Amino acid sequence: MSTTAVPPKKTNRIGLEVLSYKGGKTTLCAGCGHNSVSERIVEVFFEMGIQPWTVAKFSGIGCSSKSPAYFLNLAHGFNSVHGRAPSVATGAMLANRNLMGIVVTGDGDTASIGIGQFMHLLRRNLPLIYIIEDNGVYGLTKGQFSATSDYGAKSKGGGLNEMHKLDCCLLGIEHGATLVARTFSGDKKQLQAILKTAIAHKGLSIIDVISPCTTFNDHPGSTMSYAYVKDHDIPLHELNFIPHFDEIQVEIADGETQEVTLHDGSVLRVKKLGRDYDPTDKMAAIRVLHEAEAAQEVVTGVLYIDTHAKDYFETLNMVDAPLAALPEGLTRPAKAALDEIMEELR
Amino acid sequence: MSTTLASPTLPSGNTPQQRVVNDFSIQVATANGSGSQTSNTVLMRALFQMGIPVSGKNMFPSNIQGLPTWFTIRASKHGWIARKKEIDFLVAMNPETAKEDCLDLQPGRVIVYDEPLKLDELRSDLHMYPVPFDKLVGPVCPDAKLRKLVKNMIYDGVVAYLLEIDMEEIHKALFKQFGPKKAKAAELNWGAAKAGFDWAAANLSKDNPYRVERMNGTANKIIIDGNAAAALGCIFAGCTFAAWYPITPSSSLVESMIGYFKRLRTDADGKATYAVVQAEDELASIGMVIGASWAGARAMTSTAGPGISLMSEFVGLGYYTEVPAVIFDVQRVGPSTGLPTRTMQGDILSNAVLSHGDTRHPILFPASPGECFTMAGDAFDLAEQFQTPVFVNTDLDLGMNNWMSDAFPYPEGPIRRGKVLSAEDLERLGGFERYRDVDGDGVGYRTLPGTNHPAASYFTRGSGHNEKAQYSERPEDYMNNMDRLARKFESIRAAVPKPEVDYAAGAKFGIVFCGTSREACRESQDQFQREYQRPVSLCRLRAYPFTPELGEFIDRHERVYVVDQNRDGQLHQLMKLDLDLTHLAKLRGVRYYCGLPIDARSITDEILRQESL
Repeated sequence: MSTTAVPPKKTNRIGLEVLSYKGGKTTLCAGCGHNSVSERIVEVFFEMGIQPWTVAKFSGIGCSSKSPAYFLNLAHGFNSVHGRAPSVATGAMLANRNLMGIVVTGDGDTASIGIGQFMHLLRRNLPLIYIIEDNGVYGLTKGQFSATSDYGAKSKGGGLNEMHKLDCCLLGIEHGATLVARTFSGDKKQLQAILKTAIAHKGLSIIDVISPCTTFNDHPGSTMSYAYVKDHDIPLHELNFIPHFDEIQVEIADGETQEVTLHDGSVLRVKKLGRDYDPTDKMAAIRVLHEAEAAQEVVTGVLYIDTHAKDYFETLNMVDAPLAALPEGLTRPAKAALDEIMEELR
Repeated sequence: MSTTLASPTLPSGNTPQQRVVNDFSIQVATANGSGSQTSNTVLMRALFQMGIPVSGKNMFPSNIQGLPTWFTIRASKHGWIARKKEIDFLVAMNPETAKEDCLDLQPGRVIVYDEPLKLDELRSDLHMYPVPFDKLVGPVCPDAKLRKLVKNMIYDGVVAYLLEIDMEEIHKALFKQFGPKKAKAAELNWGAAKAGFDWAAANLSKDNPYRVERMNGTANKIIIDGNAAAALGCIFAGCTFAAWYPITPSSSLVESMIGYFKRLRTDADGKATYAVVQAEDELASIGMVIGASWAGARAMTSTAGPGISLMSEFVGLGYYTEVPAVIFDVQRVGPSTGLPTRTMQGDILSNAVLSHGDTRHPILFPASPGECFTMAGDAFDLAEQFQTPVFVNTDLDLGMNNWMSDAFPYPEGPIRRGKVLSAEDLERLGGFERYRDVDGDGVGYRTLPGTNHPAASYFTRGSGHNEKAQYSERPEDYMNNMDRLARKFESIRAAVPKPEVDYAAGAKFGIVFCGTSREACRESQDQFQREYQRPVSLCRLRAYPFTPELGEFIDRHERVYVVDQNRDGQLHQLMKLDLDLTHLAKLRGVRYYCGLPIDARSITDEILRQESL
């Protein structure tokens, strides 16, 4: 009889193992950046101790939109219509405001067919984590340029992109998103910190993850290949996320670190790297993106955060309980109310 | 001044020489945006308050100000509230259309007109009442800017005098219309109505045949438009979520809902027990409705044909993912710059099969504000019980016009939310398979996101899934799913509202119709009986899929006329998908498609032509 002690499996603060956060086996290409994003989601939701069945996953159509099947199997998921995940997520979140909503889309989904829904999602500041797995290319239809491809980028077949790109982060900052970040699927630590910040943030989080397509957009001349992004990635700052359930260590303020307190009491500690950048300054955020484009740099980090703006539930003055769970006594007015209206119409 | 009726040459049979009491139509011709809506509503309400059955139909342009508009009020002691084809009493206020409107009248009819229009030069076979509106409005309305609006109330007074409408009822209707907050405006308008009445009493002689008399035909009735009725229906059905995009003629449906929601569904803490989103387009509206329904809210949208086109893919996805949705379609003419302010039964075919792949959707066809109210509840119950999008096809005539209706009954029985598993159910069952036909009715069990159980989740995606909601491209999985959806549609057939059937003894032929064709078809049945001594049966379809009662109705008649308010016979064509050949051989079509609400005479005449009578 073996007496070898089996080490206890690691559990998080709500007693779940990481297995409870896994998804199905990916069917995306080997090396696809999207798989890294799915892995980070699994890790971060586990570490934050989010109950998986309180999460709702949404996507549109495309390679990226397949990925909600590859994380959090214990969460409900809705693979919806191309470019229209924002509307489905909006309806679902308004029906049940206790859900934690996460949308995963791509650049075709968001910046082309779904740009209208994306823009109007921004205006509402609905609490939602909106991830764009951005590779500048249509993968599932084999390599056409997308609307986030850089001007002058070359396609695998040698074609030149002569259209200006849409910068989803710039749009997000300008039109109402209250957390806007850009990161790189290969930067594990930064992506984790940003995802955690988004989980703690009460409002719309736009996370543009440059996520290279190894099959159709990883060649010389591409501005979204692994090599190009590694070369041109300029982190704005070093991010440290301290969750509300951890004891915050006192750190001596040195003028190089800015703290942003989030709605649930968590703290995002932003340590400056070279430049003086304040992510709560909207105009600075817009400027840094324009400057980066001119300099052919990919600036990453938390570009903008506003922890004070009204969210959509407040705008609509909604009850605290989920609409979906309201009892009939609250949703069907009494007979006297109908009789009164009938009397007025006589 | 008196009327001019110079030896009219009146045709026989249709000659209003004797007194015609409580049985005529009034048409008011004005320019859009001139503020005539108030005076027309007051006139209609005054008749209603006198106990006379009425209907009011507004024929208006797609325009805010300036283009011609006509409001028709019908008074009918028989209770006929369809549009009457003939105009008996015209109030011509719009110089642009006055001449043509005057020339269109049949001899012996009445015209009240603005004196400078000099219509008496055009005809001598009408009862003509010129009124110097501009001279009358000055003294009663010192503010020159308001005169254009107040002028309209003068004709209410003139018409009241000529038809013998009780001025007390005009007063009551006027103050009801303005409400207590606008008492000052009501006083101003009341002064104008009185001035019109007094001037008419002093200057006009009542030598036309039309009169009103008090009767008891409106007891317990209300006046409401179908859109407001549908809004109330949704709220009393427990709707918690609405997403919409403004489009004529459906906009006032959700706008009414917003008003009633605030009044009826604000909780003790002043918070909303609902959410309404004005979306960026109809595609987003239906996406939000699907999302909200998926997460467990009772969710609806309302739109018209162009919005339906945009909703196509999502409605198909709703069908395949089996998510409830309620879609009110206030049908109208044409896409884009069609005739957005004219009525049509234009989306019967498209809604039945909207989207791509094999799709079928239930449609309810309300014929009255009362049914807009009750069928809202039916639609939510069907959508949630059968986990599928459900259409409610009203139209502009029903949605935007004022209808006399019975007061709405308070909904009976509990709200039916369908097969939804709770955390306790899951604990007991140990799990579930989303698309498995456990009960043999084609309807699986669903869970809502956020259900507090590790076994609650499933992944929602289009047609490529197996019973466990897992991704599958296996041919047999696809076919199994499609066959179950077909069985589900048969379950829906057994649950939708049955037709309203009226078998006439000895009838050789019958009429089948839906929605707002009802009033005109009932009146046509009466015309056949009174004028031609021919009994005619009626079958009003209240829902698609059609139920066996339709086949029985066709079996019992030699010929059946299908009345459609569209050119291509959409209701008729839809029957071809469902009925067998022996039934189809008996069907004939009556199609009415000029953009106006259908009238009885047009139906009667067309059937007479086809019957060679």
